[in-house]
Amino acid sequence: MLDQLNEIEKAALESLQSITDSAALEAWRVSHLGRSSPLMSVFAGLGKLSKEERPAVGSGANRVKVALEAALEERSKIVKEAALAKSLEEESLDVTLPGRGVHVGRLHPSTQQLRKVMGILADMGFQIYTSREVETDEYNFQLLNFPPNHPARDMQDTFFVEADGRGDNPILLRTHTSPGQIHAMREYAATNPDNPPPIRIALPGMCFRYEQITARSEIQFNQVEGLVVGENITFADLKGTLADFARRMFGQHARVRFRASYFPFTEPSAEVDVECFVCGGKGCGVCKNSGWLEILGCGMVHPVVLQNGGYDPARYSGFAWGMGPERQLMLRYKIDDIRYFWGNDLRFLEQF
Amino acid sequence: MKIPISWLKDYIDLDGLSVEDIARKLTLAGLEVDEIKYAGLPMPTYKGGEKHEFKTSGIAWDKEKLVVAEIREVKEHPNADRLTLLDLFDGKENQTVLTGAPNIFHLKGTGKLAKSIKVAYAKEGTMLYDGHAEGLQLMTLKRTKIRGVESYSMVCSEKELGISEEHEGIILLDDDAPVGMPLAEYMGDAVLDISIVPNMARNANVVGIARELAALTGRELKRPTMDNGRRTKKSGQSSAVNGQSVTELVEIEITNPELNPRFVAGLIRDIEIKPSPYYIQRRLRLAGIRPISNIVDATNYAMLDIGQPLHAFDYDVLVSRVGQIGNLSHKIKIITRAAKDGEKLTTLDGKERELTSANVLVCDEKGSLAMAGVMGGAESEVTDKTRNILLEGAAWNFINIRKTAKQHNLPSEASFRFSRGVHPAMAEQGVKRGLELMAEWSGGQIAPDLVDVYLLKPKDPTITVTTKDVKRLLGIDLTAKQIAELLTRLEFKCTVDKNSVKAKTPPHRLDIGEGAIGLADVLEEVARVYGYDRIPETRMSDSLPPQVGNPRHEWEEHARDILTSLGVQEVVSYRMTSPERESRLVAHDEYVTLANPIAPERRVMRRSLLASLLENVEKNARAESISMFEIGSVFEPNKNDLPNEPRKFAIAMTGLRTQTAWDVKDSASFDFYDMKGRLELLLSGLRLASVSYTPTDSAPFLHPGKAAQVSVNGQTVGVFGELHPLVKEKYDFEDSPVIVAEFDLDALRNATPTYGIAPVSEFPPVLEDIAVIVDESVTAERVEGLIKQTGGKIVTRVRLFDVYRDEKIGAGKKSLAYNLTYQSEKTLTDAEAAAIRTKIVKRLEHEVGAKLRS
Repeated sequence: MLDQLNEIEKAALESLQSITDSAALEAWRVSHLGRSSPLMSVFAGLGKLSKEERPAVGSGANRVKVALEAALEERSKIVKEAALAKSLEEESLDVTLPGRGVHVGRLHPSTQQLRKVMGILADMGFQIYTSREVETDEYNFQLLNFPPNHPARDMQDTFFVEADGRGDNPILLRTHTSPGQIHAMREYAATNPDNPPPIRIALPGMCFRYEQITARSEIQFNQVEGLVVGENITFADLKGTLADFARRMFGQHARVRFRASYFPFTEPSAEVDVECFVCGGKGCGVCKNSGWLEILGCGMVHPVVLQNGGYDPARYSGFAWGMGPERQLMLRYKIDDIRYFWGNDLRFLEQF
Repeated sequence: MKIPISWLKDYIDLDGLSVEDIARKLTLAGLEVDEIKYAGLPMPTYKGGEKHEFKTSGIAWDKEKLVVAEIREVKEHPNADRLTLLDLFDGKENQTVLTGAPNIFHLKGTGKLAKSIKVAYAKEGTMLYDGHAEGLQLMTLKRTKIRGVESYSMVCSEKELGISEEHEGIILLDDDAPVGMPLAEYMGDAVLDISIVPNMARNANVVGIARELAALTGRELKRPTMDNGRRTKKSGQSSAVNGQSVTELVEIEITNPELNPRFVAGLIRDIEIKPSPYYIQRRLRLAGIRPISNIVDATNYAMLDIGQPLHAFDYDVLVSRVGQIGNLSHKIKIITRAAKDGEKLTTLDGKERELTSANVLVCDEKGSLAMAGVMGGAESEVTDKTRNILLEGAAWNFINIRKTAKQHNLPSEASFRFSRGVHPAMAEQGVKRGLELMAEWSGGQIAPDLVDVYLLKPKDPTITVTTKDVKRLLGIDLTAKQIAELLTRLEFKCTVDKNSVKAKTPPHRLDIGEGAIGLADVLEEVARVYGYDRIPETRMSDSLPPQVGNPRHEWEEHARDILTSLGVQEVVSYRMTSPERESRLVAHDEYVTLANPIAPERRVMRRSLLASLLENVEKNARAESISMFEIGSVFEPNKNDLPNEPRKFAIAMTGLRTQTAWDVKDSASFDFYDMKGRLELLLSGLRLASVSYTPTDSAPFLHPGKAAQVSVNGQTVGVFGELHPLVKEKYDFEDSPVIVAEFDLDALRNATPTYGIAPVSEFPPVLEDIAVIVDESVTAERVEGLIKQTGGKIVTRVRLFDVYRDEKIGAGKKSLAYNLTYQSEKTLTDAEAAAIRTKIVKRLEHEVGAKLRS
């Protein structure tokens, strides 16, 4: 009987060695460990054995059962690993096939740039102030120290709106966001006319100039202006603040220079150039080989403008500056045609 | 304005300063050099990757290869009729040169010349511009044979040397040009092209620039000679003055000093009209002015020199006009007055111009002679026969000149200056300088004295600047003495008293105001001369203002973020459109209309944001999928007052719903519910609850059966739907439907947001599907409402997942299938869930006649 058990074990283990897939493994389990397997017949026949034989055969059968189960488990592990290895090998993809796209919404590049500019200004304590796009001559020019027929008006060709009986104060499309300077100063000053509070604001928005639409000139463009008014604001502060701003905007190591200039609503006035960030100042097509890029105009708020805003120029001073996000984008991305911005061709917009 | 360095050197010693040094100093001080054009002087090469500073063009002249030479003999070319052979001496050797230059051609075959002709001579291997090429092409002079005669060098035109576009003939140098001298040394030049900003108009001349440079470098400013009658500097000869005083021959009447503060006139007799000296012609060309004749050139040269535009009248024409009106005294009376409306004048460009009372005229007793400050008249202009000149130097009202030049479209060097303001003191200096140059170049005799009527003097304000002002506004510490020193360099007359400086404005500038304005004006001058680059960079020490934020702007930006996260692309359109363009979508009667549009299709301000957006969809119509939005203002006219500028937002979607890929073939187009889904997400992102969608006919541009109105808390905020087929036809769209939405942003922003959230339960939810059959007339919104109402708090989510119709269900019926989520603050039993379900089904049966679908 014990010999028979050894035979059963030997035959089972032998047949197990050649099994390579899980179906055969299951078949092996049924035939060697299943109800009608020889081993189970031995168990079933235990009752018929003599008292003396029974313990030895019983424990022998158990040993064989444990051995076969262990062998099955081990084999099954090997089979599984082999199957996994095989499937990993068979399931490889062509990784060069294109990925599946999703519809992506992007902000218009001008919005992105406006946010970048205003984000930096917000960090520096500037509040955002917005005002209307259609303005009066008074707010767009006169209160900003552009008297009627002043030659400085030639610098800003203007769209006028049809309206009767306006005299010297026609309605026009704002040529800059500067009318907001007056609106803001008057609003702030109204809160405490005797001691108007200090101001630190950024004025973003769409502006309009009477131009032909060409690759270099547009009838509308965004502008962001900054305005600071307070009791201790100096030209040195203007330089420090705008140099800080320019370095955050164009790189911590960007060289910045201030050139004297003229704007009717600031004095002293300056234009700020930053070292060309395309060529590092070595000369390229973007900076027209000048090594510098003009990025903003600025100056100390003109006394007439302070006065018109309700701030006494003998006590208060301030500075203001303006810049164009589209121009910045054109320089940064080497965009050679300004008409792309309002053309809204998806093939352009999708690149931002 | 173009300033040749050689001219500048007449008035300031520039030793030790490179052209770029000069340009840099001027640029930083507000005289921005846009470009440096080299015409002979050494050019920077930038070989080693040095930093650039200026846009540069032009060429440098080779000192060895380009020299002054003299033509001694002019011979014929043996084989070519149109060429001449020149024998010339270059200072070392004799050379034979071929030329076809027309201004030498008349001497062909003359042989030895009685008087040699000085020319610019280029040897073999010289780098020059090709005179025959279009535009500017560099070339190297090579040895060749032209019709059997060897050619290895040439005599140059201005174009070849990069002086001007002139290639009609070769340069004929002045007689005193030293033979053999390198041309670069003799007349090598560079031209600074300087932008003149409006408050720098005083510097639109060579002396002005030299004065600025003198102030910036602390060097001395030399002044041009204008001391008629004393020795002139250039020729060393006396500009002869004699004859009857001009005051006995001419009188002046100014009718309105506001328009004409000053009028000065001088007389020069017995002039000979001929070309100006070559060096003058060259300078004028470099400065962008075409040389005409010595007299005309003298007026232009004096203007560029000191900034005063002049006008030369043929004196004899004026005298004969006096005779024509029978005035036997022969005394000329110049009258300045406003033109009469409709009065006519033929200007020297040959055009008859109709004038208005906004124009000012220079007249005599017979009638008009010239359009003051803008253009002279044809009758009294200088001609080849002119012998005597009456020279006008006047001051005009800059606003009036500006209007006149614009009105007649006559921008000129003179009107450029007058329209920005020329100090009346310059009128006298201008006439003196002009006469001086005319005498020198034409051999004429200057009549004694000037007629001068000066009725309105500028204030030339005196401004008090204190050290405290400088500290307060510029942020630097300067002593009163330092301030005075800086201003004195610009010719302010300064007196120092302790910590303050009284500075009197010099009589050549009109840009210094009075009081607080004058102070700002003068501080700018202090800063400029001190140097913007020397002022430190400081951080503001002033207190931070109230941090009020801008909720409206922040809210809009938030809306933009939500929309882009939903896959919708932002666009920004032109605000200007035309009623025709907009009327494809929606017609309006009134617009904010431009008085001066650039084009008819951009003549009004938009009233419909959606119309703008649809134009963008149209432009992109070939894209397989388009979802776009814009946020911006529209403009509602308000009679003759400022318009209202409400903020709107619009979305448009068309094309494929799913992006195609190599294994994605879904070809379904965007429809109503794609838009609605995005709007629902947008509104929930903006935390707006109580949103309802109702069918609407309020937007005629929408498909009547596929249009909805959106309300928040009962307040209408927008509409959306599919574009009406007839509207869609008007655009160049592809086949798939165009789904649009337009919202009133202000109404949306004013709706009250709800910030609460639903708690997230830790207990497992029970999920269940339920399908009910209802009449077509029962809306999904109604069914959903009943489910929520009946289920109460336990039903946390109701999602419609199928709408089904077929014969089995019956005509006029539909099946609505929902996923329901039951959730409680404990684990729900099956029995509890079943009870809710039964309740819901019963309610639906009772309220809308629903039948449970098995």
